[in-house]
Amino acid sequence: MAQARADVVRIGSGAGFAGDRTDAALPVVAALARQDGPRFLMFETLAERTLALCQLARHADPAKGYSPALEKLLAPVLGACLASGIRIIGNFGAANPQAAAERIAALAREMGHAPRIGIVTGSDLDPALPVSALATREVGGSLLAGRTQITSADAYIGASPIAQALDLGADIVVTGRVADPALALGPLLHVFRWSLEDWDLLAAGTLAGHLLECGAQVCGGYFADPGAKDVPDLAEVGYPIAEIHRDGTVIVTKPAETGGRVDRFTVIEQMLYEIHDPAAYLTPDVVMDLMQARVEEMGPDRVRVTGIKGKPRPDTLKATVCFESGYLAEAEISYAGPNAAARARLAADVVRTRLARRAPGLFVRVDAIGIASVFNDTAGATLESLFPDARGDDVRLRFSAQSADKALLDLLLDEVEGLYCAGPAGGGGVRRHLTARLSSASCLVERSFTAPRARLLGDAS
Amino acid sequence: MTEPVPLYRLAFARAGDKGNRLNLALVCRVPEAYAPLAAQVTAERVLAHFSARTPSAGVRYDLPHLGAFNFVLDDVLDGGVNASLGLDGHGKTLSFHLLALPLVPDEGVRHALAALETKS
Repeated sequence: MAQARADVVRIGSGAGFAGDRTDAALPVVAALARQDGPRFLMFETLAERTLALCQLARHADPAKGYSPALEKLLAPVLGACLASGIRIIGNFGAANPQAAAERIAALAREMGHAPRIGIVTGSDLDPALPVSALATREVGGSLLAGRTQITSADAYIGASPIAQALDLGADIVVTGRVADPALALGPLLHVFRWSLEDWDLLAAGTLAGHLLECGAQVCGGYFADPGAKDVPDLAEVGYPIAEIHRDGTVIVTKPAETGGRVDRFTVIEQMLYEIHDPAAYLTPDVVMDLMQARVEEMGPDRVRVTGIKGKPRPDTLKATVCFESGYLAEAEISYAGPNAAARARLAADVVRTRLARRAPGLFVRVDAIGIASVFNDTAGATLESLFPDARGDDVRLRFSAQSADKALLDLLLDEVEGLYCAGPAGGGGVRRHLTARLSSASCLVERSFTAPRARLLGDAS
Repeated sequence: MTEPVPLYRLAFARAGDKGNRLNLALVCRVPEAYAPLAAQVTAERVLAHFSARTPSAGVRYDLPHLGAFNFVLDDVLDGGVNASLGLDGHGKTLSFHLLALPLVPDEGVRHALAALETKS
């Protein structure tokens, strides 16, 4: 194939999370379509809990269990990608990559296309594993200790099966859980045939994926701060395209005629995003080291990153284990105008006093939006320190609690609603919600707990 | 100049999470800010600044070649996004809590502010 001789691969980002903009990929695809050589579009759509939610959906209906965002993100660009030879990599598969592939095939058929669809499976941990085996491998907590039921257990697998699916000729590759940067490293392995032990190149490809995986976040999205960090035309912010060279040089840019900015600052912020130890970012394919990274502006909205180093991949994989963990109750009420903060504080005291009697032992968090909420702490010390002098004249109280006992939580919600007639003067705008909770724990597991593989839709499984 | 200078004047920040662990990237607005921030925005000061969240550990990683630092604070997210009772379980907004940290306006800070003035 001509692609085997290519020296540059272009990868665009179509989405950085499941809730991302459905029109974001259009300019990216238009820009890629004007280029030659191997081009790919990647979609990252799986948050920590998505796998568990999709597992529950699959239990209810065996034809479901893939990302609910698949259709709305893919449909707008599927036809253009197939027509232009832009191959698509997405982790839409979630808990059911096979069903996702079938859904994509149906979408393509409606448009008059019959693409080859690659399926990557095997990130789910062997269901024969007892939960206790996961509990002993948990890191950063002990949420799994003594637990017998879990909803999902999936490891972040690497890029090799994505490359294999592309080797099989897939126009579209759909995966379940994979490490996010693998969505970019997979196509690079396919085109460049990098050695799986050339750690610096694997790290460079991983860095490209890391810069792309959050969509607009490298192009001025999640960056703007008026006066300090201005971003042109944020409403039409462009999504990134990375040009990755065979030698591991990465250039980040974005489609012309989109908003946003790509410069040293936007690239460095995203480079360090959720990276923890910058000398040792662990992925299933390589340990990435940014300590010699160079970030240079090459022109408007064009940044080159070099000097990415790699070290041998870890023996273990990170896995996310999800389990049902009761319910979250949230209720809110507002106080405004003269002495609003004092009336809000009295309302909080009323609810606390009554719940201490009616639901002893139930911990209730109280926030006061307008005084301290997201900067408050769960114990409420921050809010308590601010309440006496608070001058906010438009304050929204928020109460929250969690429990496996719905009836107990209903007491909280009822007490907040009861403030309408029996609380301080002028309370209004009560809203109450009770939602089921899925919690998650992280484990480090042996690679043998997973069985990554790639095949084409329609081929024997 | 004796008034404290908020870190916000000299740096940008972005927060991210992994479970109950908060990651704060701090990027200098001008190269001249790196040295004074390295001296003043220590892991100990950042831990103290976030003390209401009772962090169990805090580390600063230095990236002088990028004009940046990376802070990792453990056990400050109320169990993380899937367990927190708070509105912002990811801790996304906490980048701007870091940026509220007051700096002593020593010579290094004043030099960096002057460099920023020249640049803009």
